[in-house]
Amino acid sequence: MNGPTLDFSFLDATARGSMASKHVDESLDAIDGNMHECNFKAPAVEDFEGFQREVINYVKPNHGTTTLAFIFEHGIVVAVDSRASQGPYISSQTVKKVIEINPFLLGTMAGGAADCQFWQRNLGIQCRLHELENGKRITVRAASKLLANTLYSYKGKGLSMGTMVAGWDLNGPGLYYVDSEGTRLKGQRFSVGSGSLFAYGVLDQGYKWDLTVEEACELGRRAIYHATFRDAFSGGTVSVYHVGANGWTKVTGDDVGELHFSYYPATPVDDVDAHCGGEGKKEAEARAATEASAMET
Amino acid sequence: MAPEGARQHANWSPYDNNGGTVLAVAGENYVICASDTRMSTGYSILTRNYEKVDQMSPKTLMASAGFMADAQTLKKTLKARCKQYEFQNKKPIGCVSFAQMLSNTLYYRRFFPYYAFNIVAGLDAEGKGAVFTYDAVGSYERTNYSCQGSGQALIMPVLDNQLKTVSPLVLPAVSSATPLSEAAAIELIKDCFATAAERDIYTGDRVELWIMNADGVRKEEMPLRLD
Repeated sequence: MNGPTLDFSFLDATARGSMASKHVDESLDAIDGNMHECNFKAPAVEDFEGFQREVINYVKPNHGTTTLAFIFEHGIVVAVDSRASQGPYISSQTVKKVIEINPFLLGTMAGGAADCQFWQRNLGIQCRLHELENGKRITVRAASKLLANTLYSYKGKGLSMGTMVAGWDLNGPGLYYVDSEGTRLKGQRFSVGSGSLFAYGVLDQGYKWDLTVEEACELGRRAIYHATFRDAFSGGTVSVYHVGANGWTKVTGDDVGELHFSYYPATPVDDVDAHCGGEGKKEAEARAATEASAMET
Repeated sequence: MAPEGARQHANWSPYDNNGGTVLAVAGENYVICASDTRMSTGYSILTRNYEKVDQMSPKTLMASAGFMADAQTLKKTLKARCKQYEFQNKKPIGCVSFAQMLSNTLYYRRFFPYYAFNIVAGLDAEGKGAVFTYDAVGSYERTNYSCQGSGQALIMPVLDNQLKTVSPLVLPAVSSATPLSEAAAIELIKDCFATAAERDIYTGDRVELWIMNADGVRKEEMPLRLD
């Protein structure tokens, strides 16, 4: 009858909570616990969703994007554009849509710019705390789940985010898609945002597992470029990142205006037939230059 | 989250647009923050003498357009937090820290936003000019120049034309400092406001320019159309 009682006290509080002082506890609450209750002010309305819809008309947050990421033999390539728009107005052409969470983790942003900036910064804090508690880097799987759980707790409140978490951990490369509806998907190849359909077209056509790093980066860049060409809400510069065993590096950053002339070198229309037999980019540019000067004389 | 004591009038509308244009330009060793001084509601002018620029700390200026009640409340809160920062850290807040604080403050009102469009201008730790531009719910970016408010769509294209440099995202990196002297920037800003006042009913009366450099802060003014 009076057997040994089991100690369930470890269920009462997390290791974090029981070890930390009250002071630390409060600061942690501000980061991941009841951020909602203690910080976010709610409007005194009965119809919350109606109010949110009305407010959107006033404040017009930044929107619109193309982003992509894929895993291949030598790591992960992440490529993004840099345009932000508020309705038809382009509010910025220099947005940083790859968020550098730590030297081994990247996040991408699509949807509301403020939502992405705030919650990915919050994710960075949560990841650093995980590192301090456990003495090792957080896995991509865990990081993406922290974000997914945070976003799920705000489901229905009108957040708008479509993000990819990409990184390298002890399991090798990891890539997850997380959005504000609470979806979390593991995958090899994703594209997110208003221009994603265009990017998928190029990406799926050119993807192979055994691409070299250079080929993979070029594929990512080309896919984003073509999305900026057909999607009015995408543009600016194309940034390409590579994630390998030693963390991420930014590989290229190119203005779309200049990329256009390397993908479509200026060629007089009547000469297209004569030259389309497997001509390299360099030759085409050189020929276009000589022909341009020839026409001036 | 359903708020306690929730009530709603048939047409509860907590926002108004008071118009106005704010603008900032950063240089290598200076920053200029400017605004017009008109405040309107609908087709009426409420005052011709409303100052939208405030100094938040020795190295930070802030200008807001949009709904002035929200903008004023926001600035009041931020000024209090700047004081708190100063007492806790024994130094005034820098403009980069202030920029992040403003972003957080705006985002905590994500579900009941401040209807204010802000620009922060200041000198960073190296003494370089810095401009931070925001949306109403706290997304922000450091740039070299920015314009917000009712004259945004008229003035931004002019600033792009005169001041646009290579994007900071381009690799290999190219310096993207504003290629303009302080005096030339002041003239450009005055021209921008004079132009906006010709075509925007919410911009007019007077411009005030706050010029910050290593010597401190000084103010310049110029009259605009009063009609």
